[in-house]
Amino acid sequence: MDVAAPPIGQARWPVVRRMARDPGVIGGMILLVVIVGAVLAAPLVTGFDPYRSSILLRLKPMLYRGHLLGTDELGRDMLARLLYGGRITLLVGFAPVLVASAIGGTLGLIAGYFGGGVNMAIMRVMDVFYAFPSVLLAVALSGALGGGVQNAVVALALVFIAPICRVAESATTEVRHLDFVAAARASGAGHGAILRVHVIGHMIGPVVVYASGLCSLSIVLAAGLSFLGLGVRPPEPDWGLMLSALRQAVYVAPVNAALPGVAIFLTSLAFNLVSDGLRDAMAVRS
Amino acid sequence: MLRAAGLRLLAVIPIVLGVTMICFVLMFVAPGDPIQTLLPDNASPEVIALLRHHYGLDRPLPVQYLVWLGHLLQGDLGTSIGTGRPVAGELGAAIGNTAIIAIGAAIIGFSIGIGCGLLAGVHRGGWIDRIASAFALCGLSVPQYWLGIVLVILFSVTLNWLPAMGMGPRGLSWHWQELRNLVMPIATLSLIPAGIVTRITRDRVAELLRQDFVRTLRAQGLAGHAILRHVLKNAAPPILAVMGLQLGYLFGGSILVETVFNWPGVGFLMSNAILRRDQPMLQGTILVLALGFVFLNLLVDLLQSGIDPRMRRG
Repeated sequence: MDVAAPPIGQARWPVVRRMARDPGVIGGMILLVVIVGAVLAAPLVTGFDPYRSSILLRLKPMLYRGHLLGTDELGRDMLARLLYGGRITLLVGFAPVLVASAIGGTLGLIAGYFGGGVNMAIMRVMDVFYAFPSVLLAVALSGALGGGVQNAVVALALVFIAPICRVAESATTEVRHLDFVAAARASGAGHGAILRVHVIGHMIGPVVVYASGLCSLSIVLAAGLSFLGLGVRPPEPDWGLMLSALRQAVYVAPVNAALPGVAIFLTSLAFNLVSDGLRDAMAVRS
Repeated sequence: MLRAAGLRLLAVIPIVLGVTMICFVLMFVAPGDPIQTLLPDNASPEVIALLRHHYGLDRPLPVQYLVWLGHLLQGDLGTSIGTGRPVAGELGAAIGNTAIIAIGAAIIGFSIGIGCGLLAGVHRGGWIDRIASAFALCGLSVPQYWLGIVLVILFSVTLNWLPAMGMGPRGLSWHWQELRNLVMPIATLSLIPAGIVTRITRDRVAELLRQDFVRTLRAQGLAGHAILRHVLKNAAPPILAVMGLQLGYLFGGSILVETVFNWPGVGFLMSNAILRRDQPMLQGTILVLALGFVFLNLLVDLLQSGIDPRMRRG
Protein backbone atom coordinates (compact mmCIF):
# COMPACT_ATOMS: atom_id res chain seq x y z
CA MET A 1 0.00 0.00 0.00
CA ASP A 2 1.25 3.46 -0.87
CA VAL A 3 1.49 5.73 2.07
CA ALA A 4 1.80 9.41 1.29
CA ALA A 5 4.08 11.41 3.54
CA PRO A 6 1.98 13.14 6.17
CA PRO A 7 1.57 16.88 5.64
CA ILE A 8 3.59 19.07 7.97
CA GLY A 9 1.80 19.64 11.24
CA GLN A 10 0.05 16.27 11.14
CA ALA A 11 3.08 14.17 11.85
CA ARG A 12 1.99 13.12 15.33
CA TRP A 13 0.28 9.75 15.73
CA PRO A 14 0.48 8.93 12.02
CA VAL A 15 -0.63 5.33 12.52
CA VAL A 16 -3.74 6.33 14.45
CA ARG A 17 -4.57 8.98 11.84
CA ARG A 18 -4.25 6.51 8.98
CA MET A 19 -6.35 3.95 10.81
CA ALA A 20 -9.06 6.49 11.52
CA ARG A 21 -9.48 7.03 7.78
CA ASP A 22 -9.85 3.30 7.03
CA PRO A 23 -13.54 2.27 6.78
CA GLY A 24 -12.62 -1.33 7.61
CA VAL A 25 -10.97 -0.29 10.86
CA ILE A 26 -13.91 1.94 11.80
CA GLY A 27 -16.37 -0.90 11.15
CA GLY A 28 -14.26 -3.42 13.03
CA MET A 29 -13.74 -1.04 15.95
CA ILE A 30 -17.48 -0.33 16.27
CA LEU A 31 -18.20 -4.06 16.19
CA LEU A 32 -15.54 -4.74 18.82
CA VAL A 33 -16.70 -1.94 21.11
CA VAL A 34 -20.32 -3.15 20.87
CA ILE A 35 -19.39 -6.79 21.53
CA VAL A 36 -16.93 -6.14 24.35
CA GLY A 37 -19.15 -3.43 25.84
CA ALA A 38 -22.25 -5.64 25.83
CA VAL A 39 -20.32 -8.58 27.27
CA LEU A 40 -18.81 -6.49 30.07
CA ALA A 41 -22.11 -4.77 30.84
CA ALA A 42 -24.10 -8.01 30.63
CA PRO A 43 -26.23 -7.40 33.76
CA LEU A 44 -27.32 -4.03 32.34
CA VAL A 45 -28.26 -5.48 28.94
CA THR A 46 -30.32 -8.41 30.14
CA GLY A 47 -32.15 -9.18 33.36
CA PHE A 48 -32.10 -12.96 32.86
CA ASP A 49 -29.92 -15.34 34.85
CA PRO A 50 -27.67 -17.35 32.47
CA TYR A 51 -27.80 -20.42 34.75
CA ARG A 52 -31.52 -20.55 35.41
CA SER A 53 -33.09 -23.39 33.44
CA SER A 54 -36.73 -24.24 32.86
CA ILE A 55 -38.08 -27.47 31.38
CA LEU A 56 -41.14 -25.67 30.05
CA LEU A 57 -39.15 -23.05 28.15
CA ARG A 58 -36.74 -25.29 26.22
CA LEU A 59 -35.64 -24.14 22.74
CA LYS A 60 -38.14 -21.31 22.42
CA PRO A 61 -37.78 -19.05 19.35
CA MET A 62 -36.58 -15.45 19.37
CA LEU A 63 -38.71 -12.85 21.19
CA TYR A 64 -40.58 -15.52 23.16
CA ARG A 65 -41.88 -13.94 26.39
CA GLY A 66 -39.10 -11.43 26.69
CA HIS A 67 -36.34 -13.86 25.69
CA LEU A 68 -34.89 -11.67 22.92
CA LEU A 69 -32.85 -14.46 21.31
CA GLY A 70 -34.95 -17.37 22.56
CA THR A 71 -33.82 -20.10 24.94
CA ASP A 72 -31.36 -22.99 24.83
CA GLU A 73 -31.77 -26.75 25.26
CA LEU A 74 -32.31 -26.38 29.01
CA GLY A 75 -34.62 -23.41 28.74
CA ARG A 76 -31.96 -20.84 29.71
CA ASP A 77 -32.05 -17.38 28.13
CA MET A 78 -29.82 -17.34 25.02
CA LEU A 79 -28.91 -13.64 25.17
CA ALA A 80 -27.85 -13.88 28.81
CA ARG A 81 -25.76 -16.98 28.10
CA LEU A 82 -24.16 -15.38 25.06
CA LEU A 83 -23.26 -12.24 27.01
CA TYR A 84 -21.97 -13.95 30.15
CA GLY A 85 -20.38 -16.69 28.05
CA GLY A 86 -18.63 -14.06 25.96
CA ARG A 87 -16.67 -13.01 29.04
CA ILE A 88 -15.04 -16.44 29.25
CA THR A 89 -14.65 -16.91 25.48
CA LEU A 90 -13.04 -13.49 25.01
CA LEU A 91 -10.75 -14.06 27.99
CA VAL A 92 -9.65 -17.51 26.83
CA GLY A 93 -9.17 -16.08 23.35
CA PHE A 94 -7.29 -12.96 24.37
CA ALA A 95 -5.11 -14.08 27.29
CA PRO A 96 -2.98 -16.56 25.26
CA VAL A 97 -2.06 -13.85 22.74
CA LEU A 98 -0.89 -11.54 25.54
CA VAL A 99 1.09 -14.27 27.31
CA ALA A 100 2.61 -15.54 24.06
CA SER A 101 3.54 -12.00 22.97
CA ALA A 102 5.39 -11.39 26.22
CA ILE A 103 7.23 -14.73 26.20
CA GLY A 104 7.71 -15.10 22.44
CA GLY A 105 8.66 -11.43 22.05
CA THR A 106 11.30 -11.65 24.78
CA LEU A 107 12.75 -14.90 23.44
CA GLY A 108 12.86 -13.48 19.92
CA LEU A 109 14.52 -10.31 21.16
CA ILE A 110 17.20 -12.30 22.99
CA ALA A 111 17.75 -14.63 20.04
CA GLY A 112 17.92 -11.80 17.53
CA TYR A 113 20.08 -9.46 19.60
CA PHE A 114 22.70 -11.90 20.83
CA GLY A 115 22.73 -14.06 17.69
CA GLY A 116 25.16 -16.95 17.38
CA GLY A 117 24.70 -19.90 19.67
CA VAL A 118 21.91 -18.27 21.70
CA ASN A 119 19.98 -17.70 18.50
CA MET A 120 20.56 -21.29 17.38
CA ALA A 121 19.40 -22.73 20.69
CA ILE A 122 16.20 -20.69 20.87
CA MET A 123 15.21 -20.81 17.22
CA ARG A 124 15.80 -24.53 16.72
CA VAL A 125 13.44 -25.27 19.64
CA MET A 126 10.89 -22.93 18.04
CA ASP A 127 11.29 -24.78 14.73
CA VAL A 128 10.04 -27.94 16.40
CA PHE A 129 6.90 -26.21 17.68
CA TYR A 130 6.51 -24.70 14.23
CA ALA A 131 6.38 -28.22 12.82
CA PHE A 132 2.85 -28.69 14.19
CA PRO A 133 -0.23 -27.22 12.50
CA SER A 134 -1.77 -24.77 15.01
CA VAL A 135 -5.12 -26.50 15.47
CA LEU A 136 -3.39 -29.85 15.94
CA LEU A 137 -0.96 -28.49 18.52
CA ALA A 138 -3.73 -26.71 20.45
CA VAL A 139 -5.90 -29.82 20.55
CA ALA A 140 -2.97 -32.11 21.33
CA LEU A 141 -1.70 -29.96 24.21
CA SER A 142 -5.03 -29.30 25.84
CA GLY A 143 -6.07 -32.92 25.23
CA ALA A 144 -2.92 -34.16 26.93
CA LEU A 145 -3.19 -31.61 29.76
CA GLY A 146 -6.75 -32.74 30.39
CA GLY A 147 -8.94 -29.82 29.25
CA GLY A 148 -10.32 -27.01 31.34
CA VAL A 149 -10.03 -23.24 31.01
CA GLN A 150 -6.52 -22.89 32.44
CA ASN A 151 -5.11 -25.68 30.29
CA ALA A 152 -6.77 -24.22 27.20
CA VAL A 153 -5.04 -20.87 27.84
CA VAL A 154 -1.69 -22.62 28.41
CA ALA A 155 -2.11 -24.73 25.26
CA LEU A 156 -3.03 -21.75 23.06
CA ALA A 157 -0.19 -19.65 24.48
CA LEU A 158 2.28 -22.43 23.66
CA VAL A 159 0.88 -22.55 20.12
CA PHE A 160 1.48 -18.84 19.58
CA ILE A 161 4.92 -18.48 21.19
CA ALA A 162 6.84 -19.96 18.25
CA PRO A 163 5.41 -17.77 15.46
CA ILE A 164 5.65 -14.59 17.58
CA CYS A 165 9.23 -15.47 18.50
CA ARG A 166 10.09 -15.78 14.81
CA VAL A 167 8.63 -12.38 14.00
CA ALA A 168 10.45 -10.75 16.93
CA GLU A 169 13.71 -12.50 16.06
CA SER A 170 13.75 -11.42 12.42
CA ALA A 171 12.81 -7.83 13.30
CA THR A 172 15.55 -7.68 15.94
CA THR A 173 18.18 -9.22 13.67
CA GLU A 174 17.36 -6.59 11.05
CA VAL A 175 18.01 -3.69 13.43
CA ARG A 176 21.01 -5.19 15.14
CA HIS A 177 23.20 -4.85 12.08
CA LEU A 178 22.32 -1.22 11.39
CA ASP A 179 24.96 1.46 11.86
CA PHE A 180 23.25 3.36 14.65
CA VAL A 181 23.38 0.29 16.89
CA ALA A 182 27.10 -0.03 16.21
CA ALA A 183 27.46 3.70 16.92
CA ALA A 184 25.62 3.34 20.22
CA ARG A 185 27.88 0.48 21.21
CA ALA A 186 30.98 2.44 20.19
CA SER A 187 29.90 5.33 22.39
CA GLY A 188 29.78 3.00 25.37
CA ALA A 189 26.12 2.02 25.68
CA GLY A 190 25.48 -1.29 27.42
CA HIS A 191 23.20 -4.07 26.19
CA GLY A 192 20.31 -2.87 28.33
CA ALA A 193 20.44 0.69 27.01
CA ILE A 194 20.81 -0.39 23.39
CA LEU A 195 17.88 -2.78 23.67
CA ARG A 196 15.70 -0.22 25.46
CA VAL A 197 16.46 2.80 23.34
CA HIS A 198 17.19 1.41 19.90
CA VAL A 199 16.09 -2.16 19.38
CA ILE A 200 12.73 -2.62 21.10
CA GLY A 201 11.17 0.31 19.28
CA HIS A 202 11.92 -1.33 15.94
CA MET A 203 10.85 -4.79 16.91
CA ILE A 204 7.64 -3.93 18.72
CA GLY A 205 5.75 -2.81 15.58
CA PRO A 206 5.89 -6.08 13.65
CA VAL A 207 5.19 -8.04 16.86
CA VAL A 208 2.10 -5.98 17.70
CA VAL A 209 0.78 -6.26 14.14
CA TYR A 210 1.36 -10.00 14.12
CA ALA A 211 -0.16 -10.51 17.58
CA SER A 212 -3.22 -8.48 16.63
CA GLY A 213 -3.71 -10.82 13.69
CA LEU A 214 -3.58 -13.79 16.05
CA CYS A 215 -6.48 -12.50 18.18
CA SER A 216 -9.06 -13.65 15.65
CA LEU A 217 -7.49 -17.10 15.30
CA SER A 218 -7.18 -17.38 19.07
CA ILE A 219 -10.88 -16.66 19.67
CA VAL A 220 -11.88 -19.20 17.02
CA LEU A 221 -9.50 -21.80 18.45
CA ALA A 222 -10.53 -21.13 22.06
CA ALA A 223 -14.19 -21.63 21.20
CA GLY A 224 -13.16 -24.64 19.09
CA LEU A 225 -11.48 -26.28 22.07
CA SER A 226 -14.64 -25.80 24.12
CA PHE A 227 -16.62 -27.15 21.16
CA LEU A 228 -14.55 -30.34 21.37
CA GLY A 229 -15.13 -30.52 25.12
CA LEU A 230 -11.58 -29.44 25.97
CA GLY A 231 -12.10 -25.91 27.22
CA VAL A 232 -14.80 -24.45 29.43
CA ARG A 233 -16.85 -27.05 31.31
CA PRO A 234 -20.66 -27.01 31.67
CA PRO A 235 -22.76 -25.45 33.15
CA GLU A 236 -20.47 -22.44 32.64
CA PRO A 237 -21.61 -20.59 29.50
CA ASP A 238 -19.15 -20.34 26.59
CA TRP A 239 -19.74 -19.77 22.87
CA GLY A 240 -18.02 -22.95 21.71
CA LEU A 241 -19.67 -25.04 24.40
CA MET A 242 -23.11 -23.60 23.57
CA LEU A 243 -22.57 -24.38 19.89
CA SER A 244 -21.67 -27.95 20.75
CA ALA A 245 -24.60 -28.44 23.14
CA LEU A 246 -27.11 -26.95 20.70
CA ARG A 247 -25.92 -29.20 17.86
CA GLN A 248 -28.50 -31.74 19.00
CA ALA A 249 -31.18 -29.12 18.39
CA VAL A 250 -30.49 -28.27 14.72
CA TYR A 251 -33.76 -29.98 13.66
CA VAL A 252 -35.92 -28.37 16.34
CA ALA A 253 -34.49 -24.87 16.67
CA PRO A 254 -31.96 -24.21 13.87
CA VAL A 255 -31.72 -20.48 14.53
CA ASN A 256 -30.87 -20.99 18.21
CA ALA A 257 -28.31 -23.64 17.22
CA ALA A 258 -26.49 -21.25 14.88
CA LEU A 259 -26.49 -18.18 17.16
CA PRO A 260 -23.39 -18.84 19.29
CA GLY A 261 -21.38 -19.29 16.08
CA VAL A 262 -22.60 -15.90 14.85
CA ALA A 263 -21.07 -14.37 17.96
CA ILE A 264 -17.73 -16.14 17.34
CA PHE A 265 -17.75 -15.16 13.66
CA LEU A 266 -18.53 -11.48 14.29
CA THR A 267 -15.83 -11.20 16.96
CA SER A 268 -13.28 -12.90 14.73
CA LEU A 269 -14.27 -10.68 11.79
CA ALA A 270 -13.95 -7.53 13.93
CA PHE A 271 -10.45 -8.51 15.12
CA ASN A 272 -9.38 -9.25 11.55
CA LEU A 273 -10.68 -5.91 10.26
CA VAL A 274 -8.80 -3.95 12.92
CA SER A 275 -5.65 -6.02 12.52
CA ASP A 276 -5.65 -5.60 8.71
CA GLY A 277 -6.04 -1.86 9.15
CA LEU A 278 -3.23 -1.77 11.69
CA ARG A 279 -0.94 -3.67 9.32
CA ASP A 280 -1.70 -1.31 6.43
CA ALA A 281 -1.30 1.77 8.62
CA MET A 282 2.05 0.63 9.96
CA ALA A 283 3.03 -0.52 6.46
CA VAL A 284 4.42 -3.77 7.83
CA ARG A 285 4.67 -6.41 5.16
CA SER A 286 3.20 -9.76 6.11
CA MET B 1 20.80 -27.98 -6.71
CA LEU B 2 21.29 -31.52 -5.39
CA ARG B 3 23.62 -30.24 -2.68
CA ALA B 4 21.07 -27.70 -1.46
CA ALA B 5 18.34 -30.34 -1.49
CA GLY B 6 20.57 -32.70 0.49
CA LEU B 7 21.30 -30.01 3.08
CA ARG B 8 17.60 -29.28 3.40
CA LEU B 9 16.93 -32.99 3.94
CA LEU B 10 19.56 -33.14 6.69
CA ALA B 11 18.00 -30.14 8.42
CA VAL B 12 14.74 -32.06 8.76
CA ILE B 13 16.29 -34.76 10.96
CA PRO B 14 16.54 -32.69 14.19
CA ILE B 15 13.03 -31.38 13.65
CA VAL B 16 11.66 -34.89 13.25
CA LEU B 17 13.47 -35.93 16.44
CA GLY B 18 12.07 -32.89 18.23
CA VAL B 19 8.55 -33.74 17.09
CA THR B 20 8.86 -37.30 18.40
CA MET B 21 10.18 -35.93 21.70
CA ILE B 22 7.22 -33.59 22.10
CA CYS B 23 4.79 -36.42 21.30
CA PHE B 24 6.55 -38.62 23.85
CA VAL B 25 6.58 -35.98 26.57
CA LEU B 26 2.91 -35.09 25.97
CA MET B 27 1.89 -38.42 27.39
CA PHE B 28 3.74 -37.73 30.62
CA VAL B 29 2.18 -34.36 31.30
CA ALA B 30 -1.22 -36.04 31.07
CA PRO B 31 -2.84 -36.28 34.50
CA GLY B 32 -3.44 -39.76 35.90
CA ASP B 33 -1.30 -42.87 36.04
CA PRO B 34 -1.76 -45.12 33.01
CA ILE B 35 -1.25 -48.19 35.22
CA GLN B 36 -4.11 -47.15 37.53
CA THR B 37 -6.56 -47.13 34.63
CA LEU B 38 -5.63 -50.73 33.75
CA LEU B 39 -6.06 -52.15 37.24
CA PRO B 40 -8.95 -52.30 39.69
CA ASP B 41 -8.82 -49.77 42.52
CA ASN B 42 -7.94 -52.35 45.16
CA ALA B 43 -4.86 -53.72 43.37
CA SER B 44 -1.95 -54.39 45.72
CA PRO B 45 1.27 -52.32 45.45
CA GLU B 46 3.16 -55.47 44.37
CA VAL B 47 0.85 -55.98 41.39
CA ILE B 48 1.18 -52.32 40.41
CA ALA B 49 4.97 -52.55 40.63
CA LEU B 50 4.95 -55.75 38.58
CA LEU B 51 2.82 -54.24 35.84
CA ARG B 52 4.91 -51.08 35.87
CA HIS B 53 8.00 -53.21 35.34
CA HIS B 54 6.22 -55.23 32.63
CA TYR B 55 5.48 -52.07 30.61
CA GLY B 56 8.96 -50.71 31.25
CA LEU B 57 7.55 -47.70 33.10
CA ASP B 58 10.07 -48.11 35.95
CA ARG B 59 13.00 -47.31 33.70
CA PRO B 60 14.42 -43.78 33.37
CA LEU B 61 12.62 -41.50 30.90
CA PRO B 62 15.43 -41.25 28.30
CA VAL B 63 15.59 -45.06 28.14
CA GLN B 64 11.83 -45.26 27.75
CA TYR B 65 12.04 -42.69 24.96
CA LEU B 66 14.69 -44.66 23.07
CA VAL B 67 12.73 -47.90 23.41
CA TRP B 68 9.61 -46.12 22.17
CA LEU B 69 11.59 -44.60 19.28
CA GLY B 70 12.88 -48.05 18.36
CA HIS B 71 9.34 -49.40 18.14
CA LEU B 72 8.37 -46.35 16.12
CA LEU B 73 11.07 -47.03 13.54
CA GLN B 74 9.60 -50.50 13.07
CA GLY B 75 6.17 -48.95 12.41
CA ASP B 76 4.84 -49.95 15.82
CA LEU B 77 2.77 -47.15 17.33
CA GLY B 78 1.47 -49.20 20.23
CA THR B 79 -1.98 -50.60 20.97
CA SER B 80 -5.12 -48.56 21.37
CA ILE B 81 -6.57 -48.74 24.87
CA GLY B 82 -10.04 -48.04 23.50
CA THR B 83 -10.26 -50.76 20.84
CA GLY B 84 -7.38 -53.08 21.72
CA ARG B 85 -6.16 -52.98 18.11
CA PRO B 86 -2.79 -51.66 16.89
CA VAL B 87 -2.80 -47.86 16.50
CA ALA B 88 -0.98 -48.01 13.17
CA GLY B 89 -3.72 -50.09 11.54
CA GLU B 90 -6.55 -47.84 12.76
CA LEU B 91 -4.63 -44.77 11.60
CA GLY B 92 -4.05 -46.20 8.13
CA ALA B 93 -7.76 -46.41 7.36
CA ALA B 94 -8.52 -43.03 8.91
CA ILE B 95 -5.77 -41.19 7.03
CA GLY B 96 -7.31 -42.28 3.73
CA ASN B 97 -10.65 -40.81 4.77
CA THR B 98 -9.08 -37.55 5.92
CA ALA B 99 -7.06 -37.35 2.71
CA ILE B 100 -10.24 -37.57 0.61
CA ILE B 101 -11.81 -34.48 2.14
CA ALA B 102 -8.52 -32.60 2.69
CA ILE B 103 -7.30 -33.01 -0.88
CA GLY B 104 -10.78 -32.37 -2.26
CA ALA B 105 -10.97 -29.15 -0.22
CA ALA B 106 -7.45 -28.19 -1.34
CA ILE B 107 -8.29 -28.57 -5.03
CA ILE B 108 -11.51 -26.59 -4.74
CA GLY B 109 -10.20 -23.99 -2.30
CA PHE B 110 -6.98 -23.33 -4.23
CA SER B 111 -8.84 -23.05 -7.57
CA ILE B 112 -11.30 -20.55 -6.13
CA GLY B 113 -8.48 -18.69 -4.39
CA ILE B 114 -6.27 -18.37 -7.44
CA GLY B 115 -9.21 -17.39 -9.64
CA CYS B 116 -10.54 -14.75 -7.25
CA GLY B 117 -7.05 -13.50 -6.40
CA LEU B 118 -6.12 -13.05 -10.06
CA LEU B 119 -9.32 -11.17 -10.85
CA ALA B 120 -8.92 -8.99 -7.77
CA GLY B 121 -5.23 -8.32 -8.43
CA VAL B 122 -5.78 -7.33 -12.07
CA HIS B 123 -8.75 -5.11 -11.21
CA ARG B 124 -7.09 -3.70 -8.11
CA GLY B 125 -9.28 -1.10 -6.39
CA GLY B 126 -12.34 -1.92 -8.48
CA TRP B 127 -15.58 -3.54 -7.34
CA ILE B 128 -14.35 -7.03 -8.24
CA ASP B 129 -11.40 -6.48 -5.91
CA ARG B 130 -13.71 -5.31 -3.12
CA ILE B 131 -15.97 -8.35 -3.43
CA ALA B 132 -13.04 -10.77 -3.60
CA SER B 133 -11.33 -9.13 -0.62
CA ALA B 134 -14.53 -9.23 1.42
CA PHE B 135 -14.92 -12.91 0.53
CA ALA B 136 -11.33 -13.57 1.58
CA LEU B 137 -11.84 -11.75 4.89
CA CYS B 138 -14.96 -13.79 5.67
CA GLY B 139 -13.13 -16.99 4.71
CA LEU B 140 -10.34 -16.12 7.15
CA SER B 141 -12.67 -15.20 9.98
CA VAL B 142 -15.30 -17.92 9.86
CA PRO B 143 -15.09 -20.68 12.48
CA GLN B 144 -15.20 -23.86 10.39
CA TYR B 145 -17.13 -25.85 12.95
CA TRP B 146 -19.89 -23.25 12.85
CA LEU B 147 -19.91 -23.07 9.04
CA GLY B 148 -20.41 -26.84 9.01
CA ILE B 149 -23.43 -26.52 11.32
CA VAL B 150 -24.89 -23.71 9.20
CA LEU B 151 -24.51 -25.84 6.06
CA VAL B 152 -26.21 -28.75 7.83
CA ILE B 153 -29.08 -26.44 8.82
CA LEU B 154 -29.41 -25.14 5.26
CA PHE B 155 -28.90 -28.25 3.14
CA SER B 156 -29.96 -31.09 5.44
CA VAL B 157 -32.53 -29.65 7.80
CA THR B 158 -34.23 -27.05 5.62
CA LEU B 159 -33.76 -28.25 2.03
CA ASN B 160 -33.16 -31.94 2.77
CA TRP B 161 -30.73 -32.19 -0.16
CA LEU B 162 -27.64 -33.63 1.52
CA PRO B 163 -27.02 -36.10 4.35
CA ALA B 164 -26.12 -34.36 7.62
CA MET B 165 -23.21 -36.56 8.63
CA GLY B 166 -21.12 -39.66 8.23
CA MET B 167 -19.79 -41.44 5.21
CA GLY B 168 -22.80 -43.57 4.33
CA PRO B 169 -23.25 -47.19 5.36
CA ARG B 170 -21.32 -48.73 2.48
CA GLY B 171 -18.29 -46.44 2.38
CA LEU B 172 -17.43 -44.37 -0.66
CA SER B 173 -17.83 -45.22 -4.32
CA TRP B 174 -18.37 -43.27 -7.49
CA HIS B 175 -22.14 -43.14 -7.03
CA TRP B 176 -23.78 -39.82 -6.35
CA GLN B 177 -25.65 -41.42 -3.48
CA GLU B 178 -22.34 -41.89 -1.66
CA LEU B 179 -20.49 -38.88 -3.03
CA ARG B 180 -23.20 -36.62 -1.61
CA ASN B 181 -21.64 -37.23 1.81
CA LEU B 182 -18.51 -35.47 0.66
CA VAL B 183 -20.09 -32.20 -0.44
CA MET B 184 -20.51 -30.43 2.88
CA PRO B 185 -17.25 -31.49 4.60
CA ILE B 186 -15.27 -30.45 1.53
CA ALA B 187 -17.16 -27.17 1.14
CA THR B 188 -16.60 -26.37 4.83
CA LEU B 189 -12.90 -27.15 4.73
CA SER B 190 -12.26 -25.30 1.47
CA LEU B 191 -13.34 -21.84 2.63
CA ILE B 192 -10.24 -20.98 4.70
CA PRO B 193 -7.69 -22.01 2.03
CA ALA B 194 -9.82 -20.22 -0.57
CA GLY B 195 -9.70 -17.02 1.49
CA ILE B 196 -5.99 -17.19 2.23
CA VAL B 197 -4.96 -18.06 -1.33
CA THR B 198 -7.19 -15.27 -2.66
CA ARG B 199 -5.34 -12.80 -0.45
CA ILE B 200 -1.80 -13.82 -1.28
CA THR B 201 -2.54 -14.15 -5.03
CA ARG B 202 -4.22 -10.76 -5.12
CA ASP B 203 -1.36 -9.05 -3.25
CA ARG B 204 1.36 -10.66 -5.34
CA VAL B 205 -0.34 -10.03 -8.70
CA ALA B 206 -1.21 -6.42 -7.83
CA GLU B 207 2.37 -5.78 -6.69
CA LEU B 208 3.99 -7.40 -9.72
CA LEU B 209 1.72 -5.57 -12.17
CA ARG B 210 3.15 -2.28 -10.92
CA GLN B 211 6.77 -3.27 -11.46
CA ASP B 212 9.04 -1.93 -14.15
CA PHE B 213 9.41 -5.15 -16.09
CA VAL B 214 5.67 -5.24 -16.67
CA ARG B 215 5.75 -1.68 -17.97
CA THR B 216 8.55 -2.66 -20.31
CA LEU B 217 6.62 -5.67 -21.57
CA ARG B 218 3.60 -3.50 -22.10
CA ALA B 219 5.67 -0.90 -23.94
CA GLN B 220 6.97 -3.65 -26.18
CA GLY B 221 3.38 -4.26 -27.21
CA LEU B 222 2.85 -7.58 -25.44
CA ALA B 223 -0.81 -8.60 -25.13
CA GLY B 224 -2.52 -8.70 -21.74
CA HIS B 225 -2.68 -12.47 -21.34
CA ALA B 226 1.01 -12.83 -22.28
CA ILE B 227 1.95 -10.27 -19.61
CA LEU B 228 -0.15 -12.17 -17.12
CA ARG B 229 1.84 -15.30 -17.88
CA HIS B 230 5.05 -13.51 -16.88
CA VAL B 231 3.37 -12.18 -13.75
CA LEU B 232 2.02 -15.59 -12.77
CA LYS B 233 5.41 -17.20 -13.13
CA ASN B 234 6.89 -14.63 -10.76
CA ALA B 235 3.99 -14.85 -8.34
CA ALA B 236 4.07 -18.65 -8.17
CA PRO B 237 6.70 -19.39 -5.47
CA PRO B 238 5.09 -17.55 -2.54
CA ILE B 239 1.62 -18.73 -3.57
CA LEU B 240 2.91 -22.28 -3.73
CA ALA B 241 4.44 -21.94 -0.27
CA VAL B 242 1.13 -20.75 1.15
CA MET B 243 -0.74 -23.57 -0.55
CA GLY B 244 1.64 -26.16 0.88
CA LEU B 245 1.10 -24.82 4.40
CA GLN B 246 -2.64 -24.75 3.86
CA LEU B 247 -2.69 -28.38 2.71
CA GLY B 248 -0.91 -29.30 5.94
CA TYR B 249 -3.43 -27.28 7.96
CA LEU B 250 -6.27 -29.07 6.15
CA PHE B 251 -4.96 -32.41 7.40
CA GLY B 252 -4.00 -31.19 10.87
CA GLY B 253 -7.03 -28.99 11.37
CA SER B 254 -9.60 -31.44 10.11
CA ILE B 255 -10.47 -32.47 13.66
CA LEU B 256 -13.11 -29.79 14.13
CA VAL B 257 -14.81 -30.37 10.79
CA GLU B 258 -14.64 -34.15 11.14
CA THR B 259 -16.29 -33.83 14.55
CA VAL B 260 -19.13 -31.75 13.08
CA PHE B 261 -19.81 -34.24 10.26
CA ASN B 262 -18.86 -37.44 12.13
CA TRP B 263 -16.41 -38.09 9.32
CA PRO B 264 -14.34 -41.22 10.15
CA GLY B 265 -10.92 -39.61 9.62
CA VAL B 266 -7.84 -38.94 11.74
CA GLY B 267 -9.45 -36.01 13.53
CA PHE B 268 -12.38 -38.17 14.51
CA LEU B 269 -9.99 -40.80 15.91
CA MET B 270 -8.23 -38.05 17.80
CA SER B 271 -11.35 -36.58 19.41
CA ASN B 272 -12.48 -40.09 20.39
CA ALA B 273 -9.03 -40.77 21.83
CA ILE B 274 -9.28 -37.59 23.91
CA LEU B 275 -12.76 -38.49 25.17
CA ARG B 276 -11.69 -42.01 26.16
CA ARG B 277 -8.27 -40.91 27.43
CA ASP B 278 -6.76 -43.36 24.96
CA GLN B 279 -3.18 -42.07 25.19
CA PRO B 280 -1.44 -44.36 22.64
CA MET B 281 -4.07 -43.48 20.03
CA LEU B 282 -3.79 -39.75 20.78
CA GLN B 283 -0.01 -39.93 20.62
CA GLY B 284 -0.11 -41.86 17.32
CA THR B 285 -2.50 -39.45 15.60
CA ILE B 286 -0.55 -36.38 16.69
CA LEU B 287 2.76 -37.91 15.66
CA VAL B 288 1.60 -39.00 12.22
CA LEU B 289 -0.12 -35.68 11.45
CA ALA B 290 2.88 -33.64 12.62
CA LEU B 291 5.40 -35.73 10.69
CA GLY B 292 3.19 -35.50 7.61
CA PHE B 293 3.21 -31.71 8.02
CA VAL B 294 7.02 -31.62 8.31
CA PHE B 295 7.48 -33.65 5.12
CA LEU B 296 4.89 -31.60 3.27
CA ASN B 297 6.82 -28.45 4.17
CA LEU B 298 10.02 -30.09 2.96
CA LEU B 299 8.36 -31.00 -0.33
CA VAL B 300 7.14 -27.43 -0.81
CA ASP B 301 10.63 -26.07 -0.11
CA LEU B 302 12.19 -28.39 -2.67
CA LEU B 303 9.49 -27.57 -5.23
CA GLN B 304 9.99 -23.87 -4.64
CA SER B 305 13.73 -24.06 -5.19
CA GLY B 306 12.99 -26.02 -8.35
CA ILE B 307 10.93 -23.10 -9.68
CA ASP B 308 12.94 -20.20 -8.34
CA PRO B 309 16.70 -20.52 -8.85
CA ARG B 310 17.39 -17.76 -6.29
CA MET B 311 16.23 -20.09 -3.53
CA ARG B 312 18.76 -22.78 -4.33
CA ARG B 313 21.49 -20.97 -2.45
CA GLY B 314 21.53 -21.36 1.33
